[in-house]
Amino acid sequence: MKVASRSHQRGNIVLVLICVLTIFLCLFPMLHIAARSLSSSTALIRNEVTFWPKGWNLNAYRLVLRDSRYTISLVWTAFITVIGTCLSLVMTTLCAYPLVFDKLKGRKLINTFIIFTMYFNAGTIPMYLLLKDLGMLNKPLVLIIPYCLSVFNMIIMRSFFYTIPESLRESAEIDGAGPVTVLVRIYLPLSMPVIATLALFYAVGRWNGFSDALLFMNDRRYYPIQLLLYNIINAISSIETATQEGFSPPGLDETLKAATIMFATVPILVVYPFLQKYFITGVTLGAIKE
Amino acid sequence: MKKIPMPHGHHQIGGRGRRFRTYMSRYWTLYAMLALPLAYFTIFKYVPMTYIQIAFKKYSIVLSPWKMSLADNKGWQYFIQAFQNRDFLYALRNTVMLNLLDLVIGFPAPIIFALILNEMPFRRLKRFTQTVAYMPHFLSWIIIAGLALQLFAPNTGLVNVWLGKIGIGPIPFLNESKSWVATYILLGVWQSVGWNSIIYLAAITGINPTLYEAADIDGAGRMQKIRYITIPGIMNTIVVLLILNLGRILGSEFDRPFALRNALVNNVSNVISTFVYSAGIRGLQFSLTTAVGLFQSFVCVIFLLLSDAAAKRSGERGIV
Repeated sequence: MKVASRSHQRGNIVLVLICVLTIFLCLFPMLHIAARSLSSSTALIRNEVTFWPKGWNLNAYRLVLRDSRYTISLVWTAFITVIGTCLSLVMTTLCAYPLVFDKLKGRKLINTFIIFTMYFNAGTIPMYLLLKDLGMLNKPLVLIIPYCLSVFNMIIMRSFFYTIPESLRESAEIDGAGPVTVLVRIYLPLSMPVIATLALFYAVGRWNGFSDALLFMNDRRYYPIQLLLYNIINAISSIETATQEGFSPPGLDETLKAATIMFATVPILVVYPFLQKYFITGVTLGAIKE
Repeated sequence: MKKIPMPHGHHQIGGRGRRFRTYMSRYWTLYAMLALPLAYFTIFKYVPMTYIQIAFKKYSIVLSPWKMSLADNKGWQYFIQAFQNRDFLYALRNTVMLNLLDLVIGFPAPIIFALILNEMPFRRLKRFTQTVAYMPHFLSWIIIAGLALQLFAPNTGLVNVWLGKIGIGPIPFLNESKSWVATYILLGVWQSVGWNSIIYLAAITGINPTLYEAADIDGAGRMQKIRYITIPGIMNTIVVLLILNLGRILGSEFDRPFALRNALVNNVSNVISTFVYSAGIRGLQFSLTTAVGLFQSFVCVIFLLLSDAAAKRSGERGIV
């Protein structure tokens, strides 16, 4: 008995070490970039920066905020994130809620119609040609509408709706409430956890989205922040501007990159811990499909 | 099902038409709600399917896909061309290789992580580890690529600086084919391990605790409990997720390979999705790349159905 408990304790020490290692591996890249973004370029060149900024300064952030390309892109990305998330939530609700009614005639057919798109999709080029024919290429709307509804998220919401007791709905219907009233008065108020989850999923998707812009948007004015960041990291546009504007001390580029990464990351990192308790429900529900 | 008394007895009187009208007068709003989502699926999911014809036709910028003339070899020209195209064959090989490695290394990782977290006795530390481990999932691949480029730079990257201090020469993490593949896979694990463990942790919570109590009485150790209770308890979840992952063996994400690739490792980093981007949208070879996309979707569906059938045969619930 004693031997067993000692090995149990040794096991616990191993577990704690694994946890500490995990925390380190997940946090240190972000801490390192944050430190780089706040360091002087000379310190960066000398490889002196680890977790704490050396030669503390805000130059990189000042440069980013003064450059209209960044600020416009940041505001534009925030805008499509907010609008896109609202639109997606509305669409998801409109799709998921009617499917909860087993009395809905043609429900099976509609269901199959929707689920089929999860298993088979036409591919990138047909989508590109469709958007071209619709005249949406290079229009701001192309970043908001084409991917505004995700079947997977719809299933998550529907699964959550199923957990709301049917008797609640039926008694409201007897009192004369129509489906819309039931949705607004009963389903939505009870569904705040799943709405918060999906809002996070959609918002993160929008904020992080860049492939739709890469594929369908050539107009630089409408580049979302991630695409801009991609160009900067791959030194396409940053060298250009650095030489244009006459400042190119080596190393500055690196602090700039770090600062841009921070700008693209911090909004998410700020939001997600608050929503964590919700999204676990969401992910778990997503695993239970019909 | 409970029978609800209808106040006016609509259902008793009147024929079919009348009943339908009563039904619609009550539920037409549901159809009205569905109108927008169904229009969305029609326009953005089903209409593109009509463009698939382009794979079998000679593409023309002015004609609608319905009016284009059939390609050579009874329409199969572009499929033949794809399989003679070296870039596509490399992309196909790389897609399969990277996805297989993801499956072998990336699939068990969250299961192991969930088992470890589940054994963790200190709740605070456990919760904090979870919160931190979920974080990478919320970073875009562009950001992760940015972090990786700075950390793994051959001479100036922090990781190589540290490795240098303990006497290990600089590792060309992202600049040489073999190490690129390893870095690609490990970054994938880093990004998704915490997030993917959520489902397993939830499944573990669903296991009946009396099983563990009974095992305690029988004197089972930690490892025995994991082996004989926890793992069998989450087996169904594991199988379902394995099927989903098998179905994706030829699927290809775009962001990860696109963000991490560079000119030095093109021979391993080019996958089907990046091939479609460069040959299709940049190279304007629409018919060829539509054929490639169709081939990919088709194989994906087959894989999904096959692995689902296999799962059902082995007595699991399956997914389709």
